[in-house]
Amino acid sequence: MDFILQNADTFIWIAVAFGFLMAFGVGANDVANAMGTSVGAKALTLKQAIFVAAIFEFAGAYLAGGQVTQTIRKGIIDSAYFEGTPELLIFGMMAALLAAGVWLVLASKFGWPVSTTHSIIGAIVGFAAVGVSVDAVSWGKVGSIVGSWVVTPFIAGAIAFLIVMSVQKLILNRSNPFAMAKRYVPFYMFLTGFVMALVTIMKGLKHIFQDHDINLSMTETYLIAIGFGALIAVIGALVISRIKVEEEADKDYHFYSVEKVFTVLMIVTACGMAFAHGSNDVANAIGPLAAIVSVIQNGGDIGAKAVVDPRILLVGAIGIVIGLIVLGSRVMATIGQKITHLTPSRGFAAELAAASTVIIASGAGLPISTTQTLVGAVLGVGMARGIAALNLGVVRNILVSWVVTLPAGAILSVIFFFIFKALFSF
Amino acid sequence: MANSILDLFASSPIRPMQDHMAKVHECASELKNFFKATIEGNWEQADQLKTRIRELENEADDLKHDLRMHLPKGLFLPVARTDLLALLSKQDKIANIARDISGLVFGRKMQFPAGVNEDLMGLIQRSIDASAQAFKAINELDELLATGFRGREASLVEEMIDQLDMIENDTDDLQRELLFKIFEQENELPPVQVMFMYKVVQQIGDLADSAQSVGSRLEMMIAR
Repeated sequence: MDFILQNADTFIWIAVAFGFLMAFGVGANDVANAMGTSVGAKALTLKQAIFVAAIFEFAGAYLAGGQVTQTIRKGIIDSAYFEGTPELLIFGMMAALLAAGVWLVLASKFGWPVSTTHSIIGAIVGFAAVGVSVDAVSWGKVGSIVGSWVVTPFIAGAIAFLIVMSVQKLILNRSNPFAMAKRYVPFYMFLTGFVMALVTIMKGLKHIFQDHDINLSMTETYLIAIGFGALIAVIGALVISRIKVEEEADKDYHFYSVEKVFTVLMIVTACGMAFAHGSNDVANAIGPLAAIVSVIQNGGDIGAKAVVDPRILLVGAIGIVIGLIVLGSRVMATIGQKITHLTPSRGFAAELAAASTVIIASGAGLPISTTQTLVGAVLGVGMARGIAALNLGVVRNILVSWVVTLPAGAILSVIFFFIFKALFSF
Repeated sequence: MANSILDLFASSPIRPMQDHMAKVHECASELKNFFKATIEGNWEQADQLKTRIRELENEADDLKHDLRMHLPKGLFLPVARTDLLALLSKQDKIANIARDISGLVFGRKMQFPAGVNEDLMGLIQRSIDASAQAFKAINELDELLATGFRGREASLVEEMIDQLDMIENDTDDLQRELLFKIFEQENELPPVQVMFMYKVVQQIGDLADSAQSVGSRLEMMIAR
């Protein structure tokens, strides 16, 4: 440990570089899944999607990413076990970052859809269980995380199903769907804004409020969130009020004008999706980084209680944004031509369901897979007979590649762990 | 690079179904001009129109095969895959019948007795109306998808199907009258030709029946 502390800056910078690269990868790969539905439904152009994603991914990562980062930093491993040997934790977390990063690069080379969440959790559990000791893993916490992977897609699916049903009941099945869309769409916007604001205030901004001695009661928190949701709804309603019926296009497809109203809504939910993605997935990159920095800064004291350094969140947020601008745009460009079968009235339902599920999971500190949740939501829309055709084979492929990702991340991380240990332990 | 979530969306069969029906209806509609030409004895034009009907039928067939290839078993659809394929066959049958009619009439250079021409054209028009009505209903498929095959849109389509049934009833009446008129003079006509006249009239009626079964199939989809 002394060697590490003597070279603290070097180690921190190496870890920052790893974390940044990982965040870059998260931005480049996963953001396409988060934003692809909006581009595919033609609610946003590619440029707009990148712009929206950059702002809201950043906001989500920076404002609401702390809770999940905390979990990855010290929730998965049993810190008590590393008390005498903090250097093992540092090597391990570096190995985990590197392993997850290498696995993501490999997987995208072969075109496998992988989950960054799964690879980082697999990697951390791997080095701790195999490299250190089976007891070094908080299996209870890991169990609840894996459980959340199973549960969240179902929750998102159920929410999406209900949203689609409500849209059909309130808007599409009415005699004047256009007027009804104008009336009810702002309400869905309100929901998006409300969930985003609520989790941000309750979880993300908690430490900032503490620093400034701001104490919000439960009622105040809800009031602020309601206010924020209402603000979004009012702005949305103003934009919607300018949409006119296009009779010519309506003749061919009766819901053409109605869908234009939903397009505005989908822009709002796309923001929510980007925010949700940032809030949950930034941790995959910087959770291990936060662990390393905290151990080094506390001179090897693992138990030290400290919130995640906002500067670390910043590294992750910037990494994601640069990743999505540099590589994500290329990935998304291929999507734009791909799906046109998802109409905004369905796309928004999938996005709103997935985004709220992910944001709530972020608030609960659960690292879940954004893509997995979105797939669940899309299937939920399908169950409501809302999508023309879905490839169930793809769902199977996604599941397989995610299951494979866990051991793959673990094995790589064990290998890197022993290499680091051999290199730096003298 | 394979992208997980986007590969999830398979290409929609709805639009191709509608395109197929459009082609089928275009094919059936040509029968009107075809019969006009045969009544006028303009066999050159009839030949062109027969070829045109055959081409349209071929194009409809291509669309049908294409659509089937895009409906593999692993798809998750808002309606049963078998229902969709059955609907497709029913649509396709309309074009097949139109082709058979034109082929038979042209091949035998058939001409109906002058007295029944008006009734003949009336029956053809009504059968084409049935096909048009089926086309109209199929055109609502995308709207049905938007509303989850429920509610107002579903009742709208059911109304259309009711109308289609009424049109088909009309063709039954017209067909009966026409057959009776031929029967009245069948002794004065060459027997073999009369047999084929009955057959063609039968087929024109079948065209409307097929259009009706398109409607019935669609009704079953909604009812699920």
